[in-house]
Amino acid sequence: MRELRLHGRGGQGTVIASKLLAVALFLEGRQVQSFPMFGVERRGAPVTAFLRLDDAPILLRCEISAPDELIVLDATLVGATDVTAGLKPGGDILINSPLSPEDFPLLSARFRVSTVDATGIAIRHGLGSPTQPIVNTAILGAFSTDSGLVRLSTVVDAIREEVPMQIEANIAAATEASLAVRRMNAPEVARA
Amino acid sequence: MKKVMVGNHAVAWGAQRARVEVIAAYPITPQTQIVEKLSEMCADGTLPARYIKVESEHSAMAACIGASATGARTFTASSSHGLVYMHEMLHWAGGGRLPIVMADVNRALGPGWNIWTDQNDSLSQRDTGWVQLYCETNQEVLDTTIQAFRLAEMLDLPVMLMLDGFYLSHTAEAVDIPDQDVVDEFLPPRVSRHKLDVNDPHAFGALVRPDSYMEMRWLQQEAMRQVPRVLETIEADWNRLFGRSYGAVESYRAEDADLLLVTTGTVTSTARYVVDQRRAAGEKIGLVKIKMFRPFPTEQLRMALAGVDKVAVLDRNISPGHGGIFAEELRSALYDLPNEDRPQIYGFVLGLGGRDITPAVIDEVIERTKQGTESEREDLWVGVNS
Repeated sequence: MRELRLHGRGGQGTVIASKLLAVALFLEGRQVQSFPMFGVERRGAPVTAFLRLDDAPILLRCEISAPDELIVLDATLVGATDVTAGLKPGGDILINSPLSPEDFPLLSARFRVSTVDATGIAIRHGLGSPTQPIVNTAILGAFSTDSGLVRLSTVVDAIREEVPMQIEANIAAATEASLAVRRMNAPEVARA
Repeated sequence: MKKVMVGNHAVAWGAQRARVEVIAAYPITPQTQIVEKLSEMCADGTLPARYIKVESEHSAMAACIGASATGARTFTASSSHGLVYMHEMLHWAGGGRLPIVMADVNRALGPGWNIWTDQNDSLSQRDTGWVQLYCETNQEVLDTTIQAFRLAEMLDLPVMLMLDGFYLSHTAEAVDIPDQDVVDEFLPPRVSRHKLDVNDPHAFGALVRPDSYMEMRWLQQEAMRQVPRVLETIEADWNRLFGRSYGAVESYRAEDADLLLVTTGTVTSTARYVVDQRRAAGEKIGLVKIKMFRPFPTEQLRMALAGVDKVAVLDRNISPGHGGIFAEELRSALYDLPNEDRPQIYGFVLGLGGRDITPAVIDEVIERTKQGTESEREDLWVGVNS
């Protein structure tokens, strides 16, 4: 079983990203479970969502305290909140940022960091507004390349199934982001 | 057709497939997605039902009672303070023998103000004359919503099904939406024995004197006594059509066990995980899931638990001044077993107000049960800063 945690801010589509990823993995025949941090959400405030995936039925019905990987939809959360809490040593972090992974030295010392400018891509494709872009489909496109856990084509299928508007723009953003991932140059940290 | 959906939408799809005719409901966290989805379905024609907007849960149930009395298949959903605000009307539905189906998203009661899960909202409706069924997965939620109508309409009893707030209501997983024509075969249109009809007038809810009131309660009790047998035939039918069944009580890896966990709701899944680990380590530990709380499945629980050394009950609820409610009812159900068959019962109170129940928490329950010779008190609290 793999456990993922997504960090974003209210309005970026973090919970939907977790659902879309679950749908894509389900379409590939995986068992999935996707849920938000249980509580209340506000625009701009930190939002957390979770995802479990496995080939066997998932029995755990409790929160995820030690995820295998993170998707961070808003780079300002790094430092402002403890995004890596519980992350397994050597775990993967994908950050929405125009910077390179080496620009997050505290993270890249302990984890495998990748970045993608999902905000720039979302704005170019007219998703959300320039001040409040919706970055969830772009970062999922990047995640498909970076993690190898899910195919871009099934992320696209999930977008067609679940996203109510701007379907083609969302698909274009996911596709562009899948080609724009920046990985760490440093040797990989040993995985746990 | 399998889709990834949250538990709240599984409820709505169940109601849609059951072809409900009237819905009267009021939104409340964490149930709101149910009424949103149903109102969408009513608006776009997916569900050709009458959706009655009301100003409170008390009115929601009052509208459901009126609708059900006319013979309509009637549905509502609530949670927590919404459910307890319905309390008076729940008695009217139960005593009036109206086959209304309701989904309750289990949420703690305030104060302290809390939107997270525990079972005190529904358990405090224990004596209102409603059948109570607690679900473990989103698939079970959808299936139970449909089955509940057949059970309710066969016996003229209202049925409440429960799903844990957030752990099911807001958790998305794969759910099979059964084909409409097969559901239609399983659940034909409602045929009511008595109904409000201007062309065939009867009096409903009139004064009942001491010479007949007790007979009404007797008949209600007799209908309740038939629930286990009727639910079994309904589940057998469902299993034939869809290949799934759950049981009022389910034993999991309970064979030759000397310690059994007793669980309800989503805690059951995490407990299965722990049981699998313990079995892999050679320990004789299993679990018994209670789905049906009213009527209380006394016979099934006697069969499932007789002869086991120790039973640990996981109660996500508390009756202040007594203990965990499932543990208390279980003690009463097992009291008449012969001494040599009667297990030692350890009643654990945990997970109140949404406190997470992890495998580590269940491990603690198991260790405390294994170490104890006699339970030092009826309510053993887990993880509380006392």
